[in-house]
Amino acid sequence: METVLTTHFADDRYRGLSGYRRTGGYDALKKAFAMTPEAIIDEVKKANLRGRGGAGFPAGVKWGFLPKDLSRPRVLVINADEGEPGTFKDRVIMSRGPHLLIEGIVISCFALRAHACWIYIRGEFVREARILDEAIAEAYGAGLLGKDILGSGFDLDVTVHRGAGAYICGEETSLINSLEGKRGWPRLKPPFPASVGAFGLPTIVNNVETIADVPWIVTHGGERFAALGCEKNGGTRLIGVSGAVNRPGVYELPAGINLKEIIYTYAGGIRDGKALKAVIPGGSSTPVLRANEIDVAYDIESMAKIGTMAGSGGVIVIAEGTCMVRALSVLMNFYAHESCGQCTPCREGTGWLKKIVGRIEAGKGRVGDVELILDLCDNMMGRTICPLSDAAAMPAQSFVWKFREEFDRHIAEQKCPYGNRFL
Amino acid sequence: MSFEFSDAGRREFDRLLTRYPDRMAVVLPALHLAQRELGYVSDEAIVHIAERVGTSPAYVEGVATFYTMYNRKPVGKYHVQICRNISCSLLGAEHLIEHVSKKLGVAPGETTPDGKFTLSKVECLGSCGTAPVMMVNDDYHENLTAGSIDRILDGLK
Repeated sequence: METVLTTHFADDRYRGLSGYRRTGGYDALKKAFAMTPEAIIDEVKKANLRGRGGAGFPAGVKWGFLPKDLSRPRVLVINADEGEPGTFKDRVIMSRGPHLLIEGIVISCFALRAHACWIYIRGEFVREARILDEAIAEAYGAGLLGKDILGSGFDLDVTVHRGAGAYICGEETSLINSLEGKRGWPRLKPPFPASVGAFGLPTIVNNVETIADVPWIVTHGGERFAALGCEKNGGTRLIGVSGAVNRPGVYELPAGINLKEIIYTYAGGIRDGKALKAVIPGGSSTPVLRANEIDVAYDIESMAKIGTMAGSGGVIVIAEGTCMVRALSVLMNFYAHESCGQCTPCREGTGWLKKIVGRIEAGKGRVGDVELILDLCDNMMGRTICPLSDAAAMPAQSFVWKFREEFDRHIAEQKCPYGNRFL
Repeated sequence: MSFEFSDAGRREFDRLLTRYPDRMAVVLPALHLAQRELGYVSDEAIVHIAERVGTSPAYVEGVATFYTMYNRKPVGKYHVQICRNISCSLLGAEHLIEHVSKKLGVAPGETTPDGKFTLSKVECLGSCGTAPVMMVNDDYHENLTAGSIDRILDGLK
């Protein structure tokens, strides 16, 4: 199976500039400099490259939203916040192939006519931030960043900016506020970042994986990239499998591969010989699937058809014997903790969901609590500035819809039938 | 007691200023810098950063308290942060938190009397494929078991 990103990740030397170059690294940049920015954007469009951060918006189309006039400087911001529980793929790119990201950044900035880029990395990734800083220093030293890159006349500065622990900063406008030194509160859109973004400048925000795909697209052409994936989503995806599987980890697989195959063939099936109970397919905010629903293509459209999402590519696997109320309780704690507090439906809604699911789990659930959860979710969905409210409501709703009997049993028996334990 | 960056800190702060079109953007990195030098973000550090950036201490305080990584009070020499989110929980993180809590004799959020360890529960460290995971100061420790945690913590001087 052809890989775009991870081909050399097992080789430790690939992390350094000389090792990266030995595999043809930065040849794509040379090729890009011989192209026009428009031609590069065309290749990205042809590649059917959809954003790998979760929303899945076509990258080339997003790039096209920048205003035509070049009088204001424009900037690129890399979303390396990676905070969605279950998602841990960008960390692998940053730690194993930092130059792949940097090369993608230089090519993308050249295409976008941007001369500044910030990599907004979640604060906990101290080691990855250090690796990126070292790689950036190497790139400056080799004339791959800074003034007149490789004699092209193109200038670019790249800076690593560490977040400080806030899931909401993965949302692009919140990330921009955080980059500007503010609390990470999402902004109302419009204006969209492409017209008024970081520091008031036209801004493109792209995920790490999205930009790391760009060198391969330039080298091999957009059509070949598109052919690796499925109809509406080109290329490969880094899929992180975690939870109760025998071989958790990050797998680079064609966009559109079967979800069941991901779990059983690549991740080695369920731990301890247990049966599968449920799968949260695309990061913690995506609606849960029952075991009998996973024979499906892992692409944006197919997942939407069965009422869920491939999201950020984080597949969380839950084995038989796990209490779904407890699992939901963990998630609701998370969203209540991470709500930024700006919008009432989210601030209050996530707090209530946490409280209600928590009391059901603790054996103190009341008759009508399940209906209350669903009612709350209805009042949270689509009523806030950013999607965090929906991100809490979607798992809550889907856990209730798909595992209703467990909630009812907790309330009827006034205790957790699983003994309040995961394991 | 007033706060000032060390010489190295001051140089780093000045370098940071060159990386953004707006002074305010250095608030987060400056708070990280203060925490690196002090182990936490003191009231004095907040006043100092506000002066250097050209804003009010209240503004900087509002930023510092929005984010979970800035410690507004001192923590132990080793800050042990165990992830309690879904993938880690599914593989036993709650047992590990109990184990460490018992071992250190403190509840999550507390510091041992000798000031050596602070134990915290945290939400998703973004390393779900190697769950359960904890962070000790800047370092990740992955695929944890009670035994491996004991070895790690016992090895810290």
